[in-house]
Amino acid sequence: MTPPPKVGIRGLSMRFPTDGSVIEVLSSIDLEVKDGELVCILGPSGCGKSTLLNIVGGFLKATGGAVLIDGQEVAGPDPRRIFVFQERGVFVFSWLTVEGNVGFGLFRLGAAERAERIAYYVKLVGLSGFENAYPQELSGGMKQRLEVARALAVNPDVLFLDEPFGALDSITRLVMRSELLRIRRAEKKTILFVTHDIDESVQLADRVVVMSTRPATIRRIVEIDMSHPRDLSSPRYIALRDLLLGEIGLAHQI
Amino acid sequence: MPTRSDVEQVLLPLGTAALAIVAWSLAVRLTHTTVFPSPLKVAAGLRELAARGVLWRYTGDSLRRVATGYSLALVLGVPAGLALGWIPALASAFNPVIQMARPISPLAWMPLAILWFGVSEAAPDLLIFLGAFFPIVVASMNGVRSVPAMYLQAGRNFGLSTPRLLARVVFPAALPQILVGLRIALGIAWLVVVAAEMIAVDSGLGYLIIDSRNAGKRYDLVVAGMLLIGAIGLVLDALARRLERLRSVRWGFQGETA
Repeated sequence: MTPPPKVGIRGLSMRFPTDGSVIEVLSSIDLEVKDGELVCILGPSGCGKSTLLNIVGGFLKATGGAVLIDGQEVAGPDPRRIFVFQERGVFVFSWLTVEGNVGFGLFRLGAAERAERIAYYVKLVGLSGFENAYPQELSGGMKQRLEVARALAVNPDVLFLDEPFGALDSITRLVMRSELLRIRRAEKKTILFVTHDIDESVQLADRVVVMSTRPATIRRIVEIDMSHPRDLSSPRYIALRDLLLGEIGLAHQI
Repeated sequence: MPTRSDVEQVLLPLGTAALAIVAWSLAVRLTHTTVFPSPLKVAAGLRELAARGVLWRYTGDSLRRVATGYSLALVLGVPAGLALGWIPALASAFNPVIQMARPISPLAWMPLAILWFGVSEAAPDLLIFLGAFFPIVVASMNGVRSVPAMYLQAGRNFGLSTPRLLARVVFPAALPQILVGLRIALGIAWLVVVAAEMIAVDSGLGYLIIDSRNAGKRYDLVVAGMLLIGAIGLVLDALARRLERLRSVRWGFQGETA
């Protein structure tokens, strides 16, 4: 018998009532994510992929279907599954230092263990030397790494990342992707990663779930059969990217 | 070599103050007024007040009244504002009353304050409390309301209970706005104490001014009292601004000049 999926999404649908009419955002989504898998949810802006992630994270209640994690229905947010928010203002806590932010979710631990974990994760995301800095003294990329460290520190089994690198400049974004892959090698987590960036999904994902425009359905699931580190100019990379471009419905030329 | 910021922050304001004193002095001389005092006479008046022992006593009395009324407003106003900001139903119930009570000058309460407390310490304390309470409540309420929803979502995600969420996310996130309210309220409290002391009690800087006029038209002492009030107000504001420079709230004041 195969083990149950880490995350199971069954016939999920979501309708929002807006004045007078009802907007259908998600329509009968079925998806299974294996333990330790990194799945990118790729779709055009406004297609409802963030809504999907918010439902799986327990922040929104779906109007139909169910989300199961470890076989249990999701009833609300849970520290075992941490949501890393869309950049743009970055939602690390401005009134806390780097250490304070990383230790934010560790209030149930004793002081010694908390200090140890903080030190470990500050180092893991490369913020050593900035322990006592406040977020406004950090760059955008550093703040994003801080938010990832805050999430990892509580040792969740699932991470939800909602376009986490979307507002960073393109060089920082590339650095952050390889950082994420490096951190993932150190901490095997199940990751659901929402993005509208085709390259990002081919660089990061084990599988890419391509969403349609609203009401969002799953158009196709593409397995990225490349090992890390991935060569961004290899024929396979380009073939996969072209395949996804085609699925999204974009021409290959500008 | 003084730097540009030294010049702008110290020399320029001192220069302006010196010019104002010179202009004042000249104006008194040129108009040959016998009523309005010259700067030198005011300085002599201050020395006289110090020698009579009332300078420190009156200043202390005024500050004590502000401390009493303002502390009460702080202790009641911040929790009230937090509750109003957090619970929408509470805000719906109380906001109209607050918005109606707010534009009533604290001085309008004077007859009632005297009716309730007589000519006593409690009357000015009440007026100062009323003057400071509403700005503190409104700033705290608005501070809580403008906490980004993402902060609350993140707090909940890490498993915080509501009391923990309030203490560890809502309050610190609202603190910069609360501090602005506290500073404004302190300024109002200092305005109100002077007015209250002119009517309700027989000590303090407000009393000094009204008494100096009534008992012998001592305008040198009137102006001396005014300058004292201004100087102390400046110090109070500077102290309140120091709080806004604490590192854990500094983020809320980005792009603001000192």
